[in-house]
Amino acid sequence: MAERISVDISRVGDGDDDGRPEEPAPSEAPRARNTCPSCRSHYREEEMVANLRVCAHCGYHFPVTARERIVQLTDDGSWSEVARDLISIDPLEFVDSKPYPERLDAAERATGLHDAMLVGGATIGEMPVALAVMDFTFLGGSMGSVVGEKFWRAAELSLDRRMPLVSVSSSGGARMQEGVLALMQMAKTVAAVDELREAAVPYISVMAHPTTGGVAASFAALGDVTIAEPGALLSFSGPRVVKQTTGETPPDDFGLAESNLRHGHIDMVVPRPELRDTVARVVALLSGGQPYRRTPLLPDLGAQRAVGRVISGARKAILGRRNEHVDD
Amino acid sequence: MSTTERRFRFLRRRGADGESWHAVQLARHQDRPYTLDYLNRICDDFVELHGDRGEGDDPAIIAGIGSFRGRSVAFVGHQKGRDLKERTYRNFGMASPEGYRKAMRVFELAGRLGFPVVTLIDTPGAAPGVGAETRGQSGAIARSQLMLMSLPVPVVACVIGEGSSGGALAIGIADRVLMQQNAIYTVISPEGCAAILWKDAGEAKRAAAALRPTADACLDLGVVDSVVAEPSGGAHRDHGKSAELLADAVSAELDFLGSLPAIERRRLRRQKFSRMGAFAE
Repeated sequence: MAERISVDISRVGDGDDDGRPEEPAPSEAPRARNTCPSCRSHYREEEMVANLRVCAHCGYHFPVTARERIVQLTDDGSWSEVARDLISIDPLEFVDSKPYPERLDAAERATGLHDAMLVGGATIGEMPVALAVMDFTFLGGSMGSVVGEKFWRAAELSLDRRMPLVSVSSSGGARMQEGVLALMQMAKTVAAVDELREAAVPYISVMAHPTTGGVAASFAALGDVTIAEPGALLSFSGPRVVKQTTGETPPDDFGLAESNLRHGHIDMVVPRPELRDTVARVVALLSGGQPYRRTPLLPDLGAQRAVGRVISGARKAILGRRNEHVDD
Repeated sequence: MSTTERRFRFLRRRGADGESWHAVQLARHQDRPYTLDYLNRICDDFVELHGDRGEGDDPAIIAGIGSFRGRSVAFVGHQKGRDLKERTYRNFGMASPEGYRKAMRVFELAGRLGFPVVTLIDTPGAAPGVGAETRGQSGAIARSQLMLMSLPVPVVACVIGEGSSGGALAIGIADRVLMQQNAIYTVISPEGCAAILWKDAGEAKRAAAALRPTADACLDLGVVDSVVAEPSGGAHRDHGKSAELLADAVSAELDFLGSLPAIERRRLRRQKFSRMGAFAE
């Protein structure tokens, strides 16, 4: 499934020295990357970062790497990564058009990540949380043994310090190159969620575009509170698979966050500029303490305009997504 | 790696490649016993329960309570069809969210009344489709796993044919996971894998070899706990014998699991799945 959705791969430096994710380096092809597929507005890289990669004109949500997501969500300097040295091996000696280890090497070089998830501790609005953030640019965010183990470690961190777990998913599903072991990572993440539930530690699942297949059908679906980004594709089978296997033509809003909300599968659709505060409010409420006091939302004018336009632009964003599906 | 070792690995691998496709064909054999064939043979009585109490009833999942060797057991399994009409009715064993919700109803009942749960896995995958998505396919698969993970009663799962994708795993969380000798267990069907990685569903044979879905491979990878023998030539050759072998294996597991305290079982069940995977650090 990973290959279905093409997202251009950004180059991110591997500056881990202070344990703080580095600001993403400017892309090599910023024009393509920073042009809104929905309304064709074009942005400079600094504008994109300041706008949290939301189109200020139409509200389209660009993809966000794991490192940038952590910068967006957490308090400055609070992030400390755990399990950063976990790497995939090749249990099946899997070869399709390329051997799996070559794919891993290429993904590592392109993203500066060891695998498709970063986990660690941080604070959001000064409240400690464990975080598990996926990166779609690493082999389509596919879940193999490392992602499963990292999610497990994030849950352990959460249990040890009795702080809520927050996951941000963005994945095409299970990593086929790890065969049945990849399938079992679904079970492993479910076991982690079961541990949290037994210990009465809250778990918040944020779903970004796309959350499909084995990730949609395991930990991402099991949040005590589930939050999705506007226009995100959240489904078990993608629109192309549905069309191929059943002959049905999926409707325009097939699997989108908004239709998932309408059908009762998620709690809310939250535009990215409000995501941090929403997560903070939910963390505070689920922890049973004082309510989270909103800090002034966004210092940046462009981003503030984005908030205003996100709602009116939601329809356009949906159309943008739809065009993507038609293209592939 | 020495030349001999490399040669050995090559030969072993080549042998395994042929085996994979052979297993795929046997696992899908049209005369292979399905869930109802087994239940009719191994249960002294079986009452099938229908419906998820919300949307509808899914014929691709059989769920109910049976009397198995002197005790009540909750059975849940995928059901395929033998002729075209029944295949269509059973949706080729591809379950919808209603099917998984029906399964959860029966899991909950078993947990409450203290009956062990036995699941039989035989599906090419969860039903894809607009309806399945709008009715919450991913959530149903995830919650069915979660419910099995947290059950206080013993759970035994057995892959009796095709175990493909999340549609199989949804009822595959158990204290002991068994697999019949010629069954397959895989993250995606060989055809699906070939269509995505080779861009050609015709490469299914190569995909099957790469995915290593056989019972032996799954045992090696630590995904299943033991392999249940089949009559010589495959389960389709002798349904009676095959059912007997399956019943013996399941019964032995239930006896063993019954001796553990419920809290310990749940802890061990989680631990078992938390140890699956291959990585370096």
